[in-house]
Amino acid sequence: MSGVRVLVGTHKGAFILTSDGKREKWQVDGPHFGGWEIYHLKGSPVEPNRLYASQSTGWFGQVIQRSDDGGKSWEPVGNEFTYEGVPGTHQWYDGTPHPWEFKRVWHLEPSLDDPDTVYAGVEDAALFRSTDGGSSWQELAGLRGHGTGPNWQPGAGGLCLHTIILDPSDPRRMFIAISAAGAFRTDDGGESWRPINRGLKSEFLPEPEAEIGHCVHHVAMHPSRPGVLFMQKHWDVMRSDDAGDSWHEVSGNLPSDFGFVVDIHAHEPETVYVLPIKSDSEHYPPEGKLRVYRSRTGGNEWEALTKGLPQRDCYVNVLRDAMAVDSLDSCGVYFGTTGGQVYASADSGDNWAAIVSDLPAVLSVEVQTLP
Amino acid sequence: MTPHMVRVVLPPHLRTLAQVGAEVQVEVKPPVTQGAILEALEARYPMLRGTIRDHLTGERRDFLRFFACREDLSHQAPDEPLPEPVVEGTEPFLIVGAIAGG
Repeated sequence: MSGVRVLVGTHKGAFILTSDGKREKWQVDGPHFGGWEIYHLKGSPVEPNRLYASQSTGWFGQVIQRSDDGGKSWEPVGNEFTYEGVPGTHQWYDGTPHPWEFKRVWHLEPSLDDPDTVYAGVEDAALFRSTDGGSSWQELAGLRGHGTGPNWQPGAGGLCLHTIILDPSDPRRMFIAISAAGAFRTDDGGESWRPINRGLKSEFLPEPEAEIGHCVHHVAMHPSRPGVLFMQKHWDVMRSDDAGDSWHEVSGNLPSDFGFVVDIHAHEPETVYVLPIKSDSEHYPPEGKLRVYRSRTGGNEWEALTKGLPQRDCYVNVLRDAMAVDSLDSCGVYFGTTGGQVYASADSGDNWAAIVSDLPAVLSVEVQTLP
Repeated sequence: MTPHMVRVVLPPHLRTLAQVGAEVQVEVKPPVTQGAILEALEARYPMLRGTIRDHLTGERRDFLRFFACREDLSHQAPDEPLPEPVVEGTEPFLIVGAIAGG
């Protein structure tokens, strides 16, 4: 019988939650790497038992872990992330030049066709690739070097490259997003890059429609329609129908268009999920009600999904990499909160239940659908 | 020259990473210095590379200190000889993480 494996990165370790296809009873395994921050862990789409995890602390820096048995055992692999050439400077919060300094890996994106190839999005923002299962890492320096890099500025969470999307229809095309620089695309396998932020408006910028400087929180793509992208920006939910060449707002009737996560139903490319957060200064749900919003029309028209979610006194946040979907026939949707809950819906969001309630603050959630 | 067996005490997170107990012993060729101990430690436990000192510059990470014989040796040059009790293995070389919450 098919099943799911939910990979949860938290402030104090990793947890692996497994269930059969019914997704009613769950086994909780962890913490792995207890006490360390696990920003992200993700499995290879072609070899599901090959997992990669980003483990770090302020004391001891970055470690990358690899598993070949679905997370039962782990092996530390390469943790040397060296910027190519002379790193130069980006802008600090006050606009002064600041040297590029590696801090941590925010996101790991395994290749769609090779379990030994994996991409890493790091802070300070850069993209690295390993082709030997994480043993060594090389920067795809064309991203920082394409011209706008010296003008990038960090968001409050740091100058982080947090989103990596590989185009299943074109192995040379890739999308990435950086806070607070914006979204970027390569069409030549990472050699050259260009900003794809036309249509984004950010009122905090001196020039609200600038080419870069937008605080993109997350981007999602449905594999069957790689030219259509959905974005949760600092404020505004956005949509592109031309692979990021232009964007238009689809926030519609959301109670707040601030938020971090965005994801897409596994079988319905026009069904999109976001989780509104009150504001950039109040990182919790509006009215203390934890509500996922679903659009079945590709944006603009949104419905609140509340069954099984707390509808009073709820003041958690849901961070940018903390929502995922499975690809079972009845699509499962999952998200984790800074309060340590991981919620799951086995019916596209109609009904929710907590798989676990008291983990450390959740930083990321990924789901693997197992045969 | 005969190598020395030097005792090194690791902070808890590095013990779990290297899958060792609180104290390890590493073989260090003389002269026994911070740099020589860290070289030997990283050669024996490669997963510790980058977690105590920077890969490229070799600088001690900000939140770590080195102690031995009730002395703070954190600011000693990496190639400066360490106290004799560390060389002889009667006192351990301590790698200590900053006390902090969170």
